This record gives sequence, structure tokens and C-alpha cells, in this order.
Amino acid sequence: MLSRTAENLYWLARYVERAEYLARTIDATLRVTALPAAYIGKTNEWDSALLTAGVAASFYQTYEEANEHNVVEYLSFSSNNPSSIRNCIEAARLNSRSVRTALTSEMWDTINSAWIELQEVWNKGTSTREDLAKFLRFVQETSLRFDGSAYRTMLRNDAYWFSRMGVHLERADNTARILDVKYHVLLPEEEHVGGPLDFYQWTSILRSVSALTAYHWVYRETLKPWLIADLLILNDTLPRSLASCYGNLVRNLDQIGVAYGRQGPAQRHARGIRNRLEHSNMNDIFQHGVHEFIQEFIADNSRLGEIITKQYLI
Amino acid sequence: MAVAFDEMNIPGGDLRPAYQELARWLKETPPEALEYRRQEAELLFRRIGITFAVYGDSESTERLIPFDVIPRIMSGKEWALLEKGLKQRVRALNMFLRDIYHGRDILRAEVVPDDLIFQNPVFRPEMNGQQVPHDVYVHIAGIDIVRVDAEDFIVLEDNARTPSGVSYMLENREIMMRLFPDLFARHRVAPVERYPDELLAALRSVAPQSASGEPTVALLTPGVYNSAYYEHSFLADKLGIELVEGRDLIVKNNEVFMRTTEGVKRVDVIYRRVDDDFLDPLTFRPDSVLGVPGLMSAYAAGNITLANAVGTGIADDKAIYSYMPDIVKFYLGEEPILKNVPTWRCREPKDLAYVLDNLGELVVKEVHGSGGYGMLIGPAATKATIEAFREKLKREPEGFIAQPTLALSTCPTCTATGLAPRHVDLRPFVLTGSKSTTIVPGGLTRVALKEGSLVVNSSQGGGTKDTWILDE
Repeated sequence: MLSRTAENLYWLARYVERAEYLARTIDATLRVTALPAAYIGKTNEWDSALLTAGVAASFYQTYEEANEHNVVEYLSFSSNNPSSIRNCIEAARLNSRSVRTALTSEMWDTINSAWIELQEVWNKGTSTREDLAKFLRFVQETSLRFDGSAYRTMLRNDAYWFSRMGVHLERADNTARILDVKYHVLLPEEEHVGGPLDFYQWTSILRSVSALTAYHWVYRETLKPWLIADLLILNDTLPRSLASCYGNLVRNLDQIGVAYGRQGPAQRHARGIRNRLEHSNMNDIFQHGVHEFIQEFIADNSRLGEIITKQYLI
Repeated sequence: MAVAFDEMNIPGGDLRPAYQELARWLKETPPEALEYRRQEAELLFRRIGITFAVYGDSESTERLIPFDVIPRIMSGKEWALLEKGLKQRVRALNMFLRDIYHGRDILRAEVVPDDLIFQNPVFRPEMNGQQVPHDVYVHIAGIDIVRVDAEDFIVLEDNARTPSGVSYMLENREIMMRLFPDLFARHRVAPVERYPDELLAALRSVAPQSASGEPTVALLTPGVYNSAYYEHSFLADKLGIELVEGRDLIVKNNEVFMRTTEGVKRVDVIYRRVDDDFLDPLTFRPDSVLGVPGLMSAYAAGNITLANAVGTGIADDKAIYSYMPDIVKFYLGEEPILKNVPTWRCREPKDLAYVLDNLGELVVKEVHGSGGYGMLIGPAATKATIEAFREKLKREPEGFIAQPTLALSTCPTCTATGLAPRHVDLRPFVLTGSKSTTIVPGGLTRVALKEGSLVVNSSQGGGTKDTWILDE
């Protein structure tokens, strides 16, 4: 397929995934900030939301204070923020138009009708909490529909695999960024300086990766920070864990390698990261330093993005 | 202006035979049902994303072309005549182009004046002596046809460069079949759906000799911001070919390749929807980022077929248009089946004098204009506009032609106050491959939705209709 088509599919999937993640982050932050101050401590959750979205620096160029109004505005509707939900949807639609021939009509319909529907939100904004909640739900549902229609309707060929790679690379980045911002509340008991306050932080983290129920199914335990870290990093049964994302990335890259009859640096690099995740356990990671581990992962993950681009997309 | 010829109603109350069943159906169908379907159609168009962009209109960068749900119907007999005339016309266009860029017999015979060719900005000296496969220049032609009576078909314009609109012909039919299955069951409408297959076959048939047995065809688009982008992606999809932009193509050793995820792949035929000027920055406009550097040298080397060929603009020029009846006679020795609109060439002093005296009744067009821009419709224009045009005409008479204001035929159309006659034209699409010329029965009917308006261009508020050719 055309390199440009592959690139568009890959980015299209990333944009949709990112929009969903932003919607989840805002949603989780709204919940935790609705609690009385005594339950959440002194951290500014809106600041954390900006950090996990990776846009804190650019935010402060326009705004002075990270409060609900400003952050929701910036993450959802701002056209100045290149990765606001609005810009993600706009970019996704533009990418879809450029690669219409590679999309199934169901995928196109999902993006196009979401785009049409959201024009009104962009024009009018969301005046009430209810409107905002509806909007956030709509964005998440759009992503689910997009994902579902890709899964159910696309031919299993390179177009599908490039699109999946976009999803998993973006997802890994998002999960890692939450961990990066919140690692301090996930340290094991002995090192942990927090208190029962952190319970709400933990639920918030799980909620932003839609893993609150999953946690209980997997561990059958009350919330323990190190188990949350285990779930998000190493548990490959959780679709948003780093291990799961890398299992999928390696598989998609292998499928492309087989179809094209040749492997390259992208396959090797992805396998390297996957192996590291497979052979790690939480004890080692804590000893090594969670923060260092996560930061290394984020750098490695974005390096994979660069390698894929160079190998296939330009 | 005389009362327009209506394609459904005969003055006195009778119906033309092709419309009898439709008229019966319209009587049975309540107006609300029609309105409901109309809204449904609009929703479908928007969801499918069948939009176009209007340049210079920042308000809405993507617009729908209004779709009228009442089909325009022609009998098989009428179509047979039209089809014959279209084939004749396109054959002559191709022979004319071949001649202009080679022997120039027609200039020596003084049928067409030299300066009209050589001083014409759309004439491409790069094409002199250049062989094109099977001597086909215009692979895809869109010939705009109007009617003023029951007998004749009149050519309003030949589009020999990159005619657009065929996606509407196909999508209009899809949507009509979805919305009005009962109406289809009551007619025998000739299908149009084989157009993509015929187009692909035509494009493959003109692959260069150096192509492999299975030539690779690609559609070259200027990109998503082009007004016809939807059509480009639609056609690429239906043909099963890659939709490429200039940056996807590279030229190496005078061969054209596209960049793919598996390395580069040779392309043999380019169905290009990019104008000549933008095709190759090394040959034409150096500032073009839409084109492919080196494309013209690969073309000259005979390693790539461009459809349509470069330089076809000289055949759809409005000044050349006025010579078309003579051009048909010159190459084919036949009387033209399709008529021309009588045309005054403002470059000729006698004609200019007439035009200046009668501006209020004439339609004046720029020789190189298209899309209904830069046009004066005398009877509908204000005094000031007419005077402004008079000055333009005096300054640059060779830039204009003038024609009588035709009473274009009308068809019943949905309006705010119920069904009413509106003026229409028709653009059938004529495909020419190495062996044959084919036309799917139908075309794009454009309708001027404003009462009394004669401008059918989508950029100026025109709509479209499904066009039915009855299979009798």
C-alpha cells in the first residue's frame, strides 16, 4: 500500500485513541475533584490531568491557573492545543478523508458522523456539567465504535495492522504517562508515605484506563498500589497495560513482516521492549525505580514510533 | 425569451411518453412523502460525505450539492441519437488533437485559424510530435448537452481536460434506488453501475508498451482540499486503484513509481485529476507542489500514459468550440449529429460589433473560463454589469465569445411551493480506450434550482438529478 495511506491509517487510529484517553482523563478528574478536599489531599488534580496529557507547558502559555474550567476548555475544545479532543477529531476526519479508499464505510461513517455531530459542540460549547458528561461519553463511544467497526469490517491485511499499531502505540504512551505522573502514589507499602487519601487517587487512575472492575477480577483484593502498578505495567490480560500493548505491537509488526517477506529494525525494537516487559516483575521494577522504568519506557515507545515511520511510512 | 421546452409536459396538457409512469406515481404520492425522502437523501449525502468545496468561500468549506429527487427521464430512442452524436463528437476531438500536435492539416486547410492555436495559453508546445498510445488524447470527455426542443441535442461545452461529476451520476442512482424502489420497479431504467469497470478497462487499454501485462493504474489527485476530492476518492475506490498525490510519486530513469510500504512500485497509467499547469514543476509552473518533478520527461519517453493527455485544453477552448461543426466535417466527412450553439467570436470585428449592440440579450463567456464564472447573462444582468462587460469586451475582445440566451429545457423539480419546472442540462461521460468508445446510458443532470435561473453550475447554486434512460 501507499506509504502515505499507511501513515494516515496509523495516525487516524492514534488520534481516535488519544481523544478517548483525554475524555477518560477529564472524566476521572471530574470525579475525584468532586470529592471533599479532605479525601484527595493537596495535589491539584487538574494539573495532573495536564501532565498526563503532556500539554502542561503549552497550557501555561495561555492560562494562569489550572482549574476545571480552563483545563476542560484546553483539553477538550481548544483549537490552539494540537492534541485537544477537538483537534484529534478534526485530524482524524481529515486523515479519514485522505484515506477513504482504505477505510470501510462503517469506519468512515463513525468518524464522519461524529465530526458532524461535534460541530455543534464546538460552536456552542458545553454549558452544563450534564452537557460535558454527555460530550465525554460521546467521544468515548465514538472511539469504541471506530475500534469495533475496524475489528469487524476491515480486511486483515497491512491496512488493518498499521491501524492497530497506531492504537497500541498511542495506548501504551497514554498508560505510561499516567504512571509517570502518578507513580508516587503507587509505591509499595514500606516506601509509601501517603495514607488512606490515596484510595481515591488509585480509583481515579484505574478509571482513566477503564480498569477499575478489571482490577477486582484479576486480584480479588482491595486496592493495593503495587498491584495497580502490576496491572497497568505487566498484566497482559488488561488491554491497556504496557505488556498487552507490546504483545499486540509485536504481533502486528510480525504480521506485516510476514506479508512483506522481510523484517526490519521496527520488529527488533518492539520485540526488545516486549521481552523486557515479559522478564520483569514488580519487585525488580520497584528496586530499579518505577519512575526511571516508566521514563525509559516512554522514550523507547516513542522511539518505536520513529522507527516505524522511517521503515514504512515515508 | 420563448417559453422553454418542458421535457414532461406538452403544451395543451398531454404528457411525453417517457414521463407517463412518473406522472402517475407523482399523483399517488403525497407531497409530504416526497419531502421526507428529500430530507433522507440529504442526510445520506452528508453521511457518505459527498461534498464539494467552493473556492473563496470560507464560511463553509464543505457543501452538499442539492439533490432533487424527481428523476429526469429520456426515452431509449432519444438516447440512441444522443449517443451516436457524442461518439462522433469525441472521435473528432481526438483526431483534432492528434492533428494539432502533429501534421496540422486542419490549419493548412484554413478551417481553424493558426493564431487561435499558437497564441492560446492552453496549447502545449511540449506535446508537438509526442506520440500518445493509440492516439487517444481525451480518454474521458464530459460533453455538456442542452435541449431547446424535442428534436435536437445541442452541445453547450466540450470538457476535454478533467471533467468531473461522474460520481454524482453514480451516487444519485444509488440513493434513488434506495429511496424509491417502487418507482424503479415501475420503469425499466438502463443501469449506470458499470461505469467504473468501463473506465478501468479503457485506462488499462492505453498503457504504454513498456508496461507489464497487468498495467498499474493510479488516480492522481491534488489532495483533500480540492473541490472534487470526494469524487477522486470515490472513483479510486470503485476502480480498485491507488489514490495518489504528487508526493507519493517519484520519477527514476524516466519511469514513474509510487512510494509504498514495501518500497517503490512502477505506475503505468495515471488518471490525473490535476491540471496541466500543475503536473510537473520542472516543465510547467515551478511553484506547483501538487505535481511530480520529471513526470513530463517520463511521458516523453513513453513510459507513462496520462489520461487525459497533456494539452487537451486546446480542444475544449470556447473559441475552438465555435469551429466544432467544421472540425467534425473536416475529419469525419460527416454532418455533425449534435448541434452547436450559434456563437459570435468577439475576436472578429463584425461579430464584436453585433455583440456590443446586443449585450442585453446575449450570454457572453470568457474563452478560458469554466464553472460558470466570468460569464454575463444579458437578460438577467443589471445595466451596470452590462456596461462593465462592455468595457472588458472592448479591451480584450479575443478573450470572449457570445451566444444567444437559450431557453434551456425544463423538468419538474421539487421546490418550496411544490413541483415546478426548472432548467436543466446534461453531462454524459464518454470513455475512449484503444479499441472502442463507450458511454453508459445517462449522465449528470444539473438543474438550476432558482426560478427562471439558467445557471446550473454547482458552484452557483445548481443542483443535480438522477438521469434515467428508459430501456425500451
